[in-house]
Formats: sequence, C-alpha cells, structure tokens
Amino acid sequence: MSTAAAHDDHHHHAPTGLKRWLFSTNHKDIGTLYLWFSFAMFLAGGLLAMVIRTELLEPGMQFVDPEFFNQMTTVHGLAMVFGAVMPGFVGLANWMIPLMIGAPDMALPRMNNWSFWILPFAFLILLSSVFMSAFGAGNPAAPNFGWTFYAPLSTEYGPASTDLFILSVHMMGISSIMGAINVIVTVFNLRAPGMTLMKMPLFVWTWLITAFLLIAVMPVLAGAVTMMLTDRHFGTSFFNAAGGGDPVLFQHVFWFFGHPEVYIMILPAFGIISAIIPTFARKPLFGYASMVYATASIALLSFVVWAHHMFTVGMPLAGTLFFMYMTMLISVPTGVKVFNWVATMWRGSMTFELPMKWAIAFVILFTCGGLSGLMLAITPVDFQYHDTYFVVAHFHYVLVSGAVFSMFAAAYYWLPKWSGVMPNKLLGELHFWSSLISVNLLFFPMHFVGLAGMPRRYADYALQFADYNFWISIGGFWFGLSQLLFLAVCVLCAMKKGEKAPARSWEGAEGLEWEVPSPAPFHTYDTPPVVK
Amino acid sequence: MATEKYYVPESSPWPLAASVGLFLTAVGGANFIQQATDPDTFQGSWGMPLFFVGLATLLFIIAIWWRDTIKESVGGLHSNQLGISYRQGMLWFIFSEVMFFGAFFGALFYTRWLIVPWLGGAGSNAMTHELLWPSFQSMWPLVRTPDGTTTQAMGAWGLPAINTAILLTSSITLTIAHHALLEGKRGRLIAFQGITVLLGIFFLGLQVEEYIHAYTEMGLRLDAGIYGSLFFMLTGFHGAHVTIGTLFLFVTLLRVIKGHFNEENNFAWEAGAWYWHFVDVVWLFLFVVVYWL
Repeated sequence: MSTAAAHDDHHHHAPTGLKRWLFSTNHKDIGTLYLWFSFAMFLAGGLLAMVIRTELLEPGMQFVDPEFFNQMTTVHGLAMVFGAVMPGFVGLANWMIPLMIGAPDMALPRMNNWSFWILPFAFLILLSSVFMSAFGAGNPAAPNFGWTFYAPLSTEYGPASTDLFILSVHMMGISSIMGAINVIVTVFNLRAPGMTLMKMPLFVWTWLITAFLLIAVMPVLAGAVTMMLTDRHFGTSFFNAAGGGDPVLFQHVFWFFGHPEVYIMILPAFGIISAIIPTFARKPLFGYASMVYATASIALLSFVVWAHHMFTVGMPLAGTLFFMYMTMLISVPTGVKVFNWVATMWRGSMTFELPMKWAIAFVILFTCGGLSGLMLAITPVDFQYHDTYFVVAHFHYVLVSGAVFSMFAAAYYWLPKWSGVMPNKLLGELHFWSSLISVNLLFFPMHFVGLAGMPRRYADYALQFADYNFWISIGGFWFGLSQLLFLAVCVLCAMKKGEKAPARSWEGAEGLEWEVPSPAPFHTYDTPPVVK
Repeated sequence: MATEKYYVPESSPWPLAASVGLFLTAVGGANFIQQATDPDTFQGSWGMPLFFVGLATLLFIIAIWWRDTIKESVGGLHSNQLGISYRQGMLWFIFSEVMFFGAFFGALFYTRWLIVPWLGGAGSNAMTHELLWPSFQSMWPLVRTPDGTTTQAMGAWGLPAINTAILLTSSITLTIAHHALLEGKRGRLIAFQGITVLLGIFFLGLQVEEYIHAYTEMGLRLDAGIYGSLFFMLTGFHGAHVTIGTLFLFVTLLRVIKGHFNEENNFAWEAGAWYWHFVDVVWLFLFVVVYWL
C-alpha cells in the first residue's frame, strides 16, 4: 500500500460516528466542538450568576451563605472568561479563518484537536469543586477568592481546591497557547495565493493580533499561578512581605496577563463587527487600513496599562500617572474603530437582519462600556469607583453586550454557512429584543449603585440599594432565560430545520467564505483558490 | 506551486488520549503536592501514584503521537508547506517560553528595585518601614529577610562561571554540528552533537552540585526568603529546560544515526537546536542578573 494513496483516500470520505468528533483533524468539526463547549460554559457560568442575583434580589441573607456566594462570583467569572468567551472566539477562528483565507484547514490539525480536548478536562476539574461545595463536601470546596485570585486570599487563605484550580489554569494556558500558535501559523503560512496581508478580512487580522497577545501573556499567567503554588506549598516568599516579597507583586504579574487578556476577549469581536456592518450597509468597510493599525495599536498599548487595575494599592505617583495616561491613549484607536463602523453605515443601503441588529447593539453598548472605562482610567475618581458595582457595570457592558453580543452576531451571520439553513427569524427576533432590553435592565442600574458606593463581591448590601438591586436581578433572570431562545435557534439549525441557505447567504456578503456552498462541505479548498 | 495539494493529516486518537493523560497528571499532581507537603491536613497517599500514572500516560502518548508523525515525515508525506508551519510553530512556542521566564525575571526586578527598598523605607515608605519591621535593612541579595531568616548569596565566579563556559561551548559545538548537517558530513555531525549532549549532562551535574552546596552549606533554600525563591525558581526552571533540551538533542542524535535527516528535511533537528540556543541565552541573562549583579 502506498502511503500517498492512503492519504488521497482520506480526502474523499468524512469520518462518521463518535470518532469523527473525538479524533477530529477537521477545522470545522473542531470549531463546532469549541462553539458548543463555549455555549455550555456560558449556560453553566450563567447559572452561577443566577445564584448571585437570587441572593441579591433582596437585602439580607436569604438563600446561600456568604462563603458559598464568594465561590459563585469566583467561578462565574472564571467560567465566563476562560470557558465561554475565549473558547467561543477560538471556535469562530477555527471555522472561519481557513474559509476566509482559502486554506484547507488549520496549519497543525492534530494540535488543534488537542487544544480543544484539554478544555473539557480543565473545566471538569474547576467545576467539580463547585458541585462538591453545593453538595456539602467541605466548605469552602470551590475557589472563593474572586476570578482575579489575588494573593494572599488565594495563597495563605485559599481553600484546598486552589491547587486543583492552579493546575486547571495551567491546562487552559496550554490549550490557549497551542490554539494561538495554530492561528498565527495558519494565517502566515496557509493564505491562498493573492491573499496578501492587507487583503485579509478584518476578522483574520484581529485574530492574528489576538493570537500574538495570547502567546505573549498566557505564559505570564502560568508564571503567576506557579508562584502561587510554590508560595502555598514550598515556602517561597513571592507574595509574602515577611520574606521580602509583596502581595502586590501578584497583582502586577496577574494584570500584566490580565489586561492583554481583556483585549483577547474583545479584538476578535471587532473583527466580527467589521465583517457584518459592511454586509448589511452594502458598502466596503470604511478605513480598512486604519482598522488594522488601530487593532495593532490597541494590542501594543495593552502591555503598558496593567496597573490601572491597581490605582488604590499605593503606587508611586509617577507610576500612577503613567498608567493613567497610557490607558486614556487607548481610547484613540478604539475611537477610530467606532467612527469607522459609523462611517461604514453612513449613507449605506442598510437593512436590519438579525446579525446587523446585534452588530449595531454592539457598537452602541460597547461604546457605553468604553466610556465608563475612560471614567475609570482617571486615577483620582477611580479611588471612588474602585471595587464598586460601577466597575462591574463597566466590564459587563464590554464583555456581555460587547464580546458576547458579537458572538451572537457572528452566530446569526455564519449559522447559514455552518448548518445550511437560515436561523429561525421569529426566535431570533425574540432572542435579540429580549436580550437587548434585559441586558440594559441588568447592567445599567449597576452604574448608579456603584457610584453611590455599593461594593462588589458582597453577599449583602445596605438598604438604600434595595430597589435598584431588585430590578437588576429581574433583568438578570430575564437575560438568563432569554438565552434558552438562542439554544433553540442553534438546535433547529443543527437539525437542519429552516429555510435553506444559499452559498451567499446574505445579499451584500463579500469574502471567500461565501464562495463555498452552504453548509460548507467537510473539506474545502483542497487546492488553493486564487484571490485577485 | 499553485496547484500543489495541501497536506491535511488523518484523524488521530492521540490528542484526546494525551488530554486524559494531562488530566490525570493535574489531578494527581495537585493531590500529590498537598499530601506530600501538608500530610496533617491532607490524608491519603494516592496523589503520587496518580500523578506518575498520568505523567507516564502523557509521555507515552506523546511519544507514539510523534512516532506517527516521524513515520509520515520519513514516508515523504509532509509537504514543504507543513515544514514551514512546523518551523513557525516552534519559533512561536519558544517565544511563549521567553514570556514564561519573563514573569520570573519581572518578579526579580520588581523585588530588587522596588519591594526590598520600600520595605527598607525608601520613597514614601518611611512609615511602612517604621511600623512593620523597623530593624530591616534593604540590601540585595536579600540575605536577611524582614522576619529574620538569614541565608548567603551565591557567588558568580565559582560553579556558575564554569557552567556559563560549558553552555557557551555547547552552543558552539552545536553550531558546528549544524553546519555538518547542512553539508551532509555525518561523522562530524554525530561527534559534535554527541559532545553537545554530554556538555548538557555535565552542566546539569554541576547544577545539582551547586544546589547541594546551597542547601547543606550555605542555608540558601527555596524557603529562605525572596532571594532563595527567585534563585531556585529561575535556575530551577532553567535547569528543567536544559533537561528537556538535552533529551531533545539526544533524540535527534538517535534519529541522525538512523538517517532521518538530510540537508532539506531536518525540522526536528533544527527545532532542537533553536531550543538549545534559547536555553543558552536565558542562562546568559540569568548569570548576569541572578548571580553576578
């Protein structure tokens, strides 16, 4: 048997059954796995948020004890950041980048599958501690120190499961780094002839830069959790002032990872919005090159703003001023993006199909979150806002009505390509309007209670915050339940129930991904297309 | 070129199996550490066997995964394009390693230039010093911590200087081997790569010697305050990387002997060489900022 024949053979039939998913080397199948995993984590993390909102529905302690509440806020954050948002974008990258640049697959398909399969095991470790806690196997069983796991809460005072948490973070890091290497190599090495860098769709550009950020900062996170582990068990003094270390060192290392991480969770969203708005405005993207440069600028600046998360720790004045000005500088490239999207819509032949609705909601609500970020960047006023619900409102505006909304936009936009059927319009409209109203009911009042001084991460609050918190909780339940509509939309598409989608599923859609049939065949671009 | 077919590898059970191995390693490892360092709180001793079972699974799976890849490569399945993907992937992996060391070097600079002086009252921290540890004196290396643990600083010009010479020499011998590979001179390649592997082992032996000296005679330990923490974590992670690099070069040496590489098809060999040079550069940096200055 010649190996070459065996190799050719492989291209002609797709594997079936369980093996197809478990042993996959196909970017589309792996992308699908990532997306379902991300959605499952979104629901799991959402469930924890429902516990938080149930407890905060009324002042006083009603349903859970404060210790359990702390575990809910911690694991909610971790599941959403590392389980829902990051894998969601990786899923989109897997599906779309090869299609958009005319590549047959990701550059390193087996490593791609490994990147995915590490994740369910990492989250098995992390989430099992929550179940142990919920079912009474010692308290606290799950991490309870907030998603930022500051020392010494996570070192000296961390629960036993902290060590498992540390190793699960290592696993997520390995997964992310391999995934990011795959994206970069695919983009640099597998572009179709003629697909020059400055012809790439912006989603590819933003992911290329995101992947660079991932490779640069995930190892730093690994360093931080390693220092935690040795401080906890081997007597090192990294975060212990008595030994000559400093708990604030943890915050520096963590946020050196954490701030680029924030952009890891939003740059791919910029790419998605930059794909959708031109389609439904029926105009090319305004200022393509400036979008690329703005993305790169945001990424570079993200390495020199980390201490704006730490204005209240007592840094020297010069350091504080540096981080304040650098942070404000980020609003320039971000502003470039927002104005470019608006300019793309200007005098366009706009229609408002579902992806466009989500995209416009993104532009407006993300800008809201961006502006509250600008307020937080001002050091003196940050002393008032720090660790209040104002911060919670800020980062939920950019992450929920920003990153998550962009993923909904992406799903409605590309579901026809993935499944071959158009997403259900009625359910989709209900999902959109219901999410849009409830997300604002949920997060907007948080600005007010935060400005009035309600601290985050507490299981109880002063009586004057009761009315707002009641409505916030109502918004939370409403937003949570609305997501079941999206589950229904996805299940219907997966079952191929719906109007059949043409190859070019949206009238104004441009790009290589719309040249292949819907659903995209198992193998695309065995031989590279030529891009003019 | 435009009509050349892309190479997409066949599906494989190894990624999933390796994930299971990693999972067992993580669960076993966390419990192993807990049970070994704090036996009063954490009863049981199942962490250690689970950790080693996991690690063995992981390494075994990776070995057969790479065996498959090597078979495909030797069988001529790999395209030039895949070779470029591998090379780029390796360079980005090394970049991620640089950032990992960066976290610890960053911790070193922050400690040395900011934390320790501040604890000694520098800047606006006179009251911090007065209220927390008034008798603490800022110095580097920090041989007396605020809580009074004392230790000694490791000098640069004994074993560390010899180790520097060893690693520099090994980079030169490896480069000679590299040229021999590209010129197809097998004898010289095998000889100089063999010398490089031996130098790596020699380096590790001396580092073990240095650690024993530090622990038994100098009181320089992992738990001897921030200087000991940084010293052992930086040199320890570097040593771990030398170990991996030595194994890497040893495996490619065996493959050289088997005749797997030639002037064009030599990705794994060059990846091992890049890794070795990376480890060498980290050491030079480490020698200057940890031992010398």
